[in-house]
Amino acid sequence: MKNYLPRSTSGIFYTGVVLVFALIPVFVSLSGQIFYLDIFSRIMVLGIAAMSLNLLIGYGGMISLGHAAFLGIGAYCVGIPVYYEIYNGWVHLVLAIVVCGIFALVTGAISLRTKGVYFIMITLAFAQMVYFTFVSLEEYGGDDGLVIELRSEFGTWLDLEDNMVLYYTIFGVLLVSLFVVNRLVQARFGRVILGSKYNERRMQSLGFDTYRYRLVCYVISGILCGIAGLFLGNFTSFISPEMMDWTRSGELIFMVILGGTGVLFGPIIGAGVFILLEVWLPQIITFINKLELGVELPHELWHLILGAILIAVVLFGRGGIHGLLTRRKRG
Amino acid sequence: MDWNPFLIQFINGLQLGILLFLLASGLTLIFGIMDFINLAHGSFYMVGAYFCATLTFLTGSFVLAAMIAVGGVFIVGVVVETTIVNRLYRADHLDQVLVTFGLILIFDTLVQMIWGPEGMVIPLPPVLDGQFEVASLVFPTYRLLIIVSGLLVAAGLYLLVMKTRLGMLIRAGASNRVMVSALGVNINRLFLIVFALGAALAGLSGLLIAPITETSIGMGNAIIILAFVVIIVGGIGSIKGAFYAALIIGLIDTMGRSYLDSLLKLFMSVQNAETAAPALSAMLIYILMAVVLAVRPQGLFPPTGTR
Repeated sequence: MKNYLPRSTSGIFYTGVVLVFALIPVFVSLSGQIFYLDIFSRIMVLGIAAMSLNLLIGYGGMISLGHAAFLGIGAYCVGIPVYYEIYNGWVHLVLAIVVCGIFALVTGAISLRTKGVYFIMITLAFAQMVYFTFVSLEEYGGDDGLVIELRSEFGTWLDLEDNMVLYYTIFGVLLVSLFVVNRLVQARFGRVILGSKYNERRMQSLGFDTYRYRLVCYVISGILCGIAGLFLGNFTSFISPEMMDWTRSGELIFMVILGGTGVLFGPIIGAGVFILLEVWLPQIITFINKLELGVELPHELWHLILGAILIAVVLFGRGGIHGLLTRRKRG
Repeated sequence: MDWNPFLIQFINGLQLGILLFLLASGLTLIFGIMDFINLAHGSFYMVGAYFCATLTFLTGSFVLAAMIAVGGVFIVGVVVETTIVNRLYRADHLDQVLVTFGLILIFDTLVQMIWGPEGMVIPLPPVLDGQFEVASLVFPTYRLLIIVSGLLVAAGLYLLVMKTRLGMLIRAGASNRVMVSALGVNINRLFLIVFALGAALAGLSGLLIAPITETSIGMGNAIIILAFVVIIVGGIGSIKGAFYAALIIGLIDTMGRSYLDSLLKLFMSVQNAETAAPALSAMLIYILMAVVLAVRPQGLFPPTGTR
């Protein structure tokens, strides 16, 4: 079991990760690099989304290529009420939970009847349906998207318009998500999900209705991702169907794999590395070009490097970053 | 009644269907025989279009350029297969999805670095660029050419698969891969040929559409999803299935976008119909795919003797 739970060695590392997230605002206000507050907010939001996907991929063996749909639905659960001047954050939250829950229940009930490749494709199909629905909703901006003028209002004591407050709110949600997911996968529920990933027939012969367990897992995952979407909408203040493009779902899978599947902290590390690469690679290229070594590197090169890293992680780096850490520790 | 608008939509639907078939035939073979999910198949579609654009400017002839470009994409397919893809035939689907997703990033960036972010327009020879009239019906020449050449390729593919030894091996591979290799066939070479052939067909598809839509970065990323819908609906590994499903999907998608609102107006208010129609028409084919997957997961025309 030791690969699935943070053990003492990697546990220290992950405690450090949480501390880094907690202290980023301090670093930002000391150094004046406001930029990084945005980046780490983004990392946490997408980390929560990737964590929800990890429930499916890492623990349940259900490879969904449509998870960005939940992210988008969650974001539109802020955007559409705000469009009608309903700013109450609790309304947004309940809406996101209910809509994502129902969507996950309906699509999950159909998708989970299929296996393997077919599951990948049917989740993709449902996500495409959502994507095109929002593209054709001209009222809410269609293709061009929707500007969220005011962020969700959770009461006077929690003013999300202040980026620092928003940061710590997301941080709180991240901690709660970590706690909930950890309890979930350690409980009997999680064991059944994990067990049916490796040997479904055995779990069934033990008397577990694996379909139901998976469906519940799918719904929980969808809701968690919807909540991440709610904060993504609040954070970016601009939402569009592009958030639900199938390549976004691909990026979420990448984050999960990069960090290490079936590891609690894996997706957060994955999201962090992914987004920092996205930020730093172009900067590095600009820096190298400034050195004037005689060759002008094209700016787009960083995308190519990202793709190459992705391929290298799959071909050579079993277990993602978590695997790398634990392997080194074992010597 | 003027039949021309309907005819145009019908031809557009057929043309989309044919392009989808060219993409999906390779995809379905790669999927069916190697059990390999190639998300990057759309990249060959894009590369084909860009090769053809450059070659058209170099040679001055679209037809000549198209022929060289297809060969070029075949070689790209060989390179990709031998360097990366052939390590992944035994990997699980998750790894395949990720690696081919990475390949998309690489291809999109390479194309942008070589050709720049601007799209390219491929000029058509005057003979092809225009329309002709038969009995007061107007036909766009180039779109008809796409349909005819697509049908010719389909016929050629049919002959290849049904009448040659290579085709026999391909069919056998789609039905039972393990048995084929147990019988002493060089399965690695068969995989290489199928992969590169599929890439070349995707390239052909891309270069055929390029004169109409112009080339763009990531042009394959949207249509590859449609191609996946085609192969799921048609049945994985079945070329016949891919053909029928591609035509069905091309027609449903095109006709849905033009006529669904009139259809909906028959049984709901005009305003509701006009709101619902665009969303519904874009979703039609995905609904079809979800229904097929839920009711008949093996597809409408699965290859015979599948495991």
